[in-house]
Amino acid sequence: MKLRDIAHSRSGDKGDQATISVIAFDPSRYPLLERHVTAERVKVFFSGVVRGTVERYELPELGALNFVLQGALGGGVTRSLALDLHGKSLSSRILEMEIPET
Amino acid sequence: MSAAGREETREHDTPFYTVCPMSSIRIGSGAGYSGDRIEPAVELAGTGDIAYLVFECLAERTIALAQLARRKDPKTGYDPMLKARMETCLPVCRDKGIRIITNMGAAHPEAAAEATRDIAQRLGMGDLSIAAVLGDDVFDLVQKGTYPLEETGDRSTTLPGRMVSANAYLGAGGIVEALEAGADVVITGRVADSALFTAPAIYEFGWSMDDWDMMGQAVVMGHLLECAGQVTGGYFADPGYKDVPDLARLGFPLAEVEADGSFTVTKPPGSGGMVTLATCKEQLLYELFDPSSYVTPDVVADFTGVRMEKTGKNRVRVTGGRGRARTGSLKVSIGYLDGFIGEGQISYGGTGAAARGRLALDIVAERLRLAGVECREIRRELIGLNSLVGEGVLQSEQEPPEVRVRFAGRVWTMEEALRIGDEVERLYTNGPAGGAGAWKAAREIIAVASTFIPCSLVRHHIRYYGAD
Repeated sequence: MKLRDIAHSRSGDKGDQATISVIAFDPSRYPLLERHVTAERVKVFFSGVVRGTVERYELPELGALNFVLQGALGGGVTRSLALDLHGKSLSSRILEMEIPET
Repeated sequence: MSAAGREETREHDTPFYTVCPMSSIRIGSGAGYSGDRIEPAVELAGTGDIAYLVFECLAERTIALAQLARRKDPKTGYDPMLKARMETCLPVCRDKGIRIITNMGAAHPEAAAEATRDIAQRLGMGDLSIAAVLGDDVFDLVQKGTYPLEETGDRSTTLPGRMVSANAYLGAGGIVEALEAGADVVITGRVADSALFTAPAIYEFGWSMDDWDMMGQAVVMGHLLECAGQVTGGYFADPGYKDVPDLARLGFPLAEVEADGSFTVTKPPGSGGMVTLATCKEQLLYELFDPSSYVTPDVVADFTGVRMEKTGKNRVRVTGGRGRARTGSLKVSIGYLDGFIGEGQISYGGTGAAARGRLALDIVAERLRLAGVECREIRRELIGLNSLVGEGVLQSEQEPPEVRVRFAGRVWTMEEALRIGDEVERLYTNGPAGGAGAWKAAREIIAVASTFIPCSLVRHHIRYYGAD
């Protein structure tokens, strides 16, 4: 299934770093996120975008993961040549990720 | 099927003014950025039963742009929307006894305060007390010294272009002081966004600013409110998965804050949008790095223990924010000139649109080479195919029915930047078949870098206006 079936997401920017949250609609599905949406997978998934590292933070209380992508915004919002300066569209993109049902 | 959908209930809006205990204070968020809608702020002031209306309007580089404007005209340098916002909102705020807090002072809070005083006088409110919180401008200090840049680790003296501004993120202290002095309107330059919201709560409840857990919880409140409509259903809707009612009349949020720091996020009755666990969770994590260490001037906030509970329709109660002692240094945003960006776009449709688009990109690159335009960096995109997701991510081999070519380049001179757009436009008569709707632009780059300086080097001070 697609991540979109069990989670929602929002992306934000700070300098040249993009942040992407992945939040389970139903908190009982959170372990699935924790198991399958790893920092390594996210880095590979965004290989066309991210030049630096990807870090993952866990928020089990909220059923959410938070990703920080270094070097993902074309040198930073204020000087990027990209159409999507802020990486606003990254949230919609990550929800396309395929993950196992268990 | 989404939990966000399940969260929607059929209850009627609770008439919240009857359930709001006297021990709480209601703080409203009237703007999430400078160009934001104004009507929801008026609605919030009119029917939100709020005591404070906050306008957060200062993006990362806005202050550098404002500094340049101020150098051209010493009466400017504040937010270009300040007059429109004040003219629209002052009367209703006056009627309801609502105090206004805003960072619309940008690079010139004093000029912003004077402009607000003039508007107040014209509207027959000559006794309005206005405070300008100053001290964030550390341009002289930073220019004289050499500081390590957060982004690259290089020294501030190695920035590629001329430095145009340096502003420290101040905490809530100056705003609290202005409120204690009785200001009806508090105008700041650069302060931490969340401080605009934590200050009125600190003032009202007399919280100690060394109570780290309390400050941490207050930052959670500020963080949830500072982007206005982004917590009430804006930047959220995804039809079929996450539906949001009436986005054209999106209501802006308010927090009902209690003396123990816990608070409830809600919005004016009858307004569009929604406040749900899902909208609040998304905004809590927005632009957040390590959730256990959200560094602000006043406290290092820890969001990992935050709990959210739905307590009614469009009501989410938030507890559990914590904090640790402030770091003792302040983040400084340095604005600097970084050359120019030139850009051109043109569309192709029908079978072979993508191939013609790629040909167009190749032609522009070759033309710039022949013209001796030296691009420090270029970006070639086919909008509709790869402009958002980057090369190598797209799986589909299917040809799109239309593409929009976008060629952007970073150069050192305005002349070269203009040439980029010109070469795209000239594809009309010199490029592939059927080029349509060409568009071009060139702009100077005001870039931002960050550093940190000790708190002890920065002192806020306040100037009062009005009450004539």
